[in-house]
Amino acid sequence: MKDKQDSLEQAVLNDYKYGFVTDIDTDVIPKGLNEDVIRLISHKKNEPEWMLEWRLKAYAYWLTLEEPTWANIKYPVIDYQDIIYYAAPKPKKQLNSLDEVDPELLSTFEKLGISLVEQKRLTGVAVDVVMDSVSIATSFKEQLSEIGVIFCSISEAIQQHPELVKKYMGSVVPMTDNYFAALNSAVFTDGSFCFIPKGVRCPMELSTYFRINTENAGQFERTLIVAEDESYVSYLEGCTAPMRDENQLHAAVVELLAMEKAEIKYSTVQNWYPGDKEGKGGIYNFVTKRGICKGDYSKISWTQVETGSAITWKYPSVILKGDHTIGEFYSVAFTNNHQQADTGTKMIHLGKNTRSRIVAKGISAGFSQNSYRGLVRASKHATNARNYSQCDSLLLGDKCGAHTFPYIEVKNKTAIVEHEATTSKIGEDQLFYCRQRGIDPEEAVALIVNGFAKEVMNQLPMEFAIEAQKLLAISMEGSVG
Amino acid sequence: MYMLSIKNIHANVEGKEILKGINLEIKPGEVHAIMGPNGSGKSTLASVLAGREEYEVTEGEVSFLNKNLLELSPEDRAREGLFLAFQYPVEIPGVSTTNFIKAAVNEKRKYHGLEPLDSVSFLKIMKEKMALVEIDQSLLSRSINEGFSGGEKKRNEIFQMAMLEPKLAILDETDSGLDIDALRIVANGINKLHNPERAVLVITHYQRLLEYIQPDFVHVLYNGRIVKSGTKELALELEEKGYDFITDEVDLTAE
Ligand SMILES: Nc1ncnc2c1ncn2[C@@H]1O[C@H](COP(=O)(O)OP(=O)(O)OP(=O)(O)O)[C@@H](O)[C@H]1O
Ligand SMILES: [Mg+2]
Repeated sequence: MKDKQDSLEQAVLNDYKYGFVTDIDTDVIPKGLNEDVIRLISHKKNEPEWMLEWRLKAYAYWLTLEEPTWANIKYPVIDYQDIIYYAAPKPKKQLNSLDEVDPELLSTFEKLGISLVEQKRLTGVAVDVVMDSVSIATSFKEQLSEIGVIFCSISEAIQQHPELVKKYMGSVVPMTDNYFAALNSAVFTDGSFCFIPKGVRCPMELSTYFRINTENAGQFERTLIVAEDESYVSYLEGCTAPMRDENQLHAAVVELLAMEKAEIKYSTVQNWYPGDKEGKGGIYNFVTKRGICKGDYSKISWTQVETGSAITWKYPSVILKGDHTIGEFYSVAFTNNHQQADTGTKMIHLGKNTRSRIVAKGISAGFSQNSYRGLVRASKHATNARNYSQCDSLLLGDKCGAHTFPYIEVKNKTAIVEHEATTSKIGEDQLFYCRQRGIDPEEAVALIVNGFAKEVMNQLPMEFAIEAQKLLAISMEGSVG
Repeated sequence: MYMLSIKNIHANVEGKEILKGINLEIKPGEVHAIMGPNGSGKSTLASVLAGREEYEVTEGEVSFLNKNLLELSPEDRAREGLFLAFQYPVEIPGVSTTNFIKAAVNEKRKYHGLEPLDSVSFLKIMKEKMALVEIDQSLLSRSINEGFSGGEKKRNEIFQMAMLEPKLAILDETDSGLDIDALRIVANGINKLHNPERAVLVITHYQRLLEYIQPDFVHVLYNGRIVKSGTKELALELEEKGYDFITDEVDLTAE
């Protein structure tokens, strides 16, 4: 019995597979945060005056805030003066094609199995790579621009499409929203911008791979997606980070706007460095993701597979403003060793006949803590609002924890909110059943976990789903005694 | 030459001795039946043979196809050709029966140095075996055993056996909970798989399965020991008289 337990634990303890460091010259500004640093960031990015003002305003507001403590996570005090807020790979020359990209960077992607060349050639996915803070390569741009889709780095959007950025940035996640959003608004370095014009169905998945590289460099991504009336876009965000000893802060902001009858599908595979087996190192991931279904009959769907980061603090949310709008949240959060995740969603029903669906699957192994935190709110005017929430937790071993914090606020009598929650352990019975059929314990655990997560995995675009499945399996891998 | 040879097996679970010296030998091609009252240790014996780790073997030896069975991991026992149809098949949500069996088949092939089956060949074999045990396609695309009726679970066990073509199949009360048609189909499946190279060990409470599959030997397990062995007539006698006529005798001698 004892042995059995150990082998199960062994099967899920693992080493981070993607722990390598790319050696690329980086252009780094000194540690610390003050107005001058923000001016320097803005200057380095050659930003217009209004952007700098926006940043400074956010910074001034951030100074008045206290770091939130309500989440079910524990971590040492972050010294915001001990962080480098800007690091850009030094551009050796203007890049016109992938051939000009640093071969070492390309080989990094090769190791990750996401070679751009392959991606472009085989899958037809447009990839906008964010390495540290500056976009290095953008592909398929021309094809996209032919149909009027804008897909570029946010820095470029600030230069090329200032009217769009001014209009929408901060309109879903205001700089005053929360501590980390304010910080991001002050110091964000790059991210993606997508604009899908009226009536256009974006013919390919838009995809960005993020990667943290410079030691101590906080990564502050800013993504903005606007889908005009009757348009559709599917956006993929995926990331892995190299092995690092010191904690790295990551505070991203993602804003989505769906106008009338528009649909945005946003999928994430998150695999930041989770720290070692003792809980040393790893990324602190404080993310504010929110979408608004602005126009009637619009739809926003979040799907996330979270396997990385030492700490995850993340609640992709949907504001259902238009009538007949739909919000969805599908999540798999896997925590191992000493990882902590506090993640979930908020569905804010404002319009009539709005519907939302939440499927959250938490898997905890090792000494990790995995919390689901969700809010479903139906306002006074949200006649016939419907929500269905399902939160399932799976425990691997007996030293980890799963927690569920569902909050429900209903102010309209016609609203119906349903919530179901289960917690189960990977049964020795299940494991033995698999082994009796010749399946080794490691593969059995992967099979069981992938089965548990299936409903969410099914929401991912095909190639991404395969990658995510592999990632789940890798996260659980280890030597079996 | 024996395929399976069990010598004086003693086994504990949670410190309590359940098997108290079992001896049993099975040759290729033979069908053995084990009967016995509830709680006598039949499933425990099956679990010990399959390698369930919570059952601790404290004494005795088991050889299977000339290998020391007790030294093999449960998965290697399976790959060597030992199959257990569970008394209570386990549900694994989200894992389709098809994928589960495909994983099992390919693991076994890998162990024997064979390439994994491609989807086309796998499907072909599946179709064949589906017909054999008259199992429905729709059942196989559902999560394994999840929400299956009792009879469907048992039939699915036999289907897996058909797919894996084991040398030794241990069927733990596979006949329980089957309607008359299902019983005939399951028995048929067993008979079709049975050949001179393969052996079957059925654990059952009822004579009716034995009418279909004709055991060569019938053993009575009582209180952790095989207290009587005989031919298929023994099963008939048991059905008629109950276990008392044997167990009373054993209990008397024990006193
Ligand atoms: N995991 C376990 N923990 C504690 N006791 C157990 C365990 N497994 C079996 N036992 C005990 O061992 C004894 C034999 O059980 P077993 O399941 O082998 O009986 P069986 O002959 O298969 O009975 P049935 O005909 O009811 O299936 C019973 O008293 C049972 O309670
Ligand atoms: Mg039993």
